[in-house]
Amino acid sequence: MTADFEAEARALRERYPRGTTALIPILHLWQGKEGYVSQEGIERTARVMELPPAYVESVLTFYTLFRREPTGRYRIQVCKNLSCMLQGADETIAHLARRLGIEPGETTPDGLVTLEAVECLAACDEAPAAQVNFRWCPRLTPEAADRLIDALAQGDAEVVRRYG
Amino acid sequence: MGEIEIVLKDALAPGMTRLEGYRAHGGYRALEKAIAMGPKEVQDEVTRSGLRGRGGAGFPTGRKWSFLPNDGRERWLVCNADEGEPGTFKDRYIIEKKPFMLIEGITIAAFAVGAHNAAIYCRGEFLEGIELLEAAIAEARSAGLLGKNILGSGFDLDLWVYRGAGAYICGEESALLESLEGKRGMPRLKPPFPAVAGVYGLPTVVNNVETLATVVAIIEGGAEWYASMGTERSPGTRVFSISGQVRRPGNHEFELGTPLSELIAAAGGLGEGRTLKAVIPGGGSAPILTPDQSDLPMDFESLAKVGSMAGSGGVIVLDDTTCMVRTSLRLLQFFAHESCGKCTPCREGTEWLRKILVRVETGHGREEDLGLLEDVSNNINGNTLCALGDASVGVLLSTLRAFADEYRAHITGGGCPLAPVASMSAAAAGPA
Repeated sequence: MTADFEAEARALRERYPRGTTALIPILHLWQGKEGYVSQEGIERTARVMELPPAYVESVLTFYTLFRREPTGRYRIQVCKNLSCMLQGADETIAHLARRLGIEPGETTPDGLVTLEAVECLAACDEAPAAQVNFRWCPRLTPEAADRLIDALAQGDAEVVRRYG
Repeated sequence: MGEIEIVLKDALAPGMTRLEGYRAHGGYRALEKAIAMGPKEVQDEVTRSGLRGRGGAGFPTGRKWSFLPNDGRERWLVCNADEGEPGTFKDRYIIEKKPFMLIEGITIAAFAVGAHNAAIYCRGEFLEGIELLEAAIAEARSAGLLGKNILGSGFDLDLWVYRGAGAYICGEESALLESLEGKRGMPRLKPPFPAVAGVYGLPTVVNNVETLATVVAIIEGGAEWYASMGTERSPGTRVFSISGQVRRPGNHEFELGTPLSELIAAAGGLGEGRTLKAVIPGGGSAPILTPDQSDLPMDFESLAKVGSMAGSGGVIVLDDTTCMVRTSLRLLQFFAHESCGKCTPCREGTEWLRKILVRVETGHGREEDLGLLEDVSNNINGNTLCALGDASVGVLLSTLRAFADEYRAHITGGGCPLAPVASMSAAAAGPA
């Protein structure tokens, strides 16, 4: 992973040569590999960008998609904003939290799922809207959420292909 | 007035996300026409069409383009695809269903303003849309529709997609440019405006996804044709995202000025036995409308005249089962979370409003809370660098006015008369 990261990060710097534009793409790159951005990720990014690690951290912490904690194999984001709330998003979130035994923001002890209650995903036509690893997972009712978790836990081939 | 598909035309036709399919439905005729017309003619055509920005502010697009200074500096065109306004999902739909229409619109706009660099700033959650756009850009480039010497015109355009990382504020154009430069996405003090000092300090036009897609239709059909639709000051059509308590939430394109009731009907109307309580007509920032306003024409002027705004085109329908305090609370949780923290009134005010609304909704409200909500709101309104501050109090202030009795009933009755407090999950209530 280390060698890959260096090479890909340098390619991103070449693709976005001006200012510090490459910083956010490089943080996405690291997170794509590690699932979150660790201190090592900050330091390695800082080195490629030739920026102080504190600056990298200041940018990183501004954006909600970047996580600082180890993250589950499947990151489930359920929208809690108004249009989804009106279609039962609170029930879905509470149901998932109960079923997984975690609070939003946390990861199951087996590392399978991180649950997040997020702001408007711009998919209110599919309320309650959700994403799994940034892939759309429309109309996530409590029943659909149960089916999703079952499929993820069983390593269902189709679900792994879609969200893995 | 009525439903007409221009931007959404053929959105569900097979093959539309590939160049061949897009061309089979008339794609890239507008770019050929634009190149034959020349940059100035294209700009004049868009100005004459009366097109107004579809992102939220409704600023005339042709005029925005004309603000670029003629000082010989390199120019940029940035497409704002950071759609995050609660209740708005039209840009996502355009990107996912008609990526080439957006790319063609960007190419025409860049040609008109003389920009050789363009970027699409997509919110980070639009990963699927970003993948579609990147594939479409690659296809367009190999077909000579992007890159060097586009269609033999001598015009060059380098277009790339940028993935944001989760921040509503980056939909504000100066915050977007900060983020595009790899910084924390906090709004800039204006002036200077992006036209003078945008990305990397260079003259920059920032246009919304739908605005740029609409440019394609205007060039193809002509300014007169476009302006023959809609109203005099709000010409053309607009894609409305209709959601909330309707039977079939979705995107529908209507002439501007179409009555609100037609939009609600297009989304399947309300559920069985439900009655209309309120409508948020322009995304979560727009003050509410009440049922007596359901025939209001949905255009920029009519909405402004009644103290609301056309905003992002996100129409959220609320029926009689929905609590207005809870509605305001949900939006204040959002704005408190998304406030970037640069301006004190917004950073502190949104958090205090959220806290007060939690106690009103959960039955711990005090007699003086309604006056306090109004007072804090008025101290945010108009006192911040960007529009997020004003936006945060739009629904709250308008519901305090239209549903004062409902707020009061929460305080005198010790909780929500519409939904038992127990049904409000901890996640929904948030920290007290």
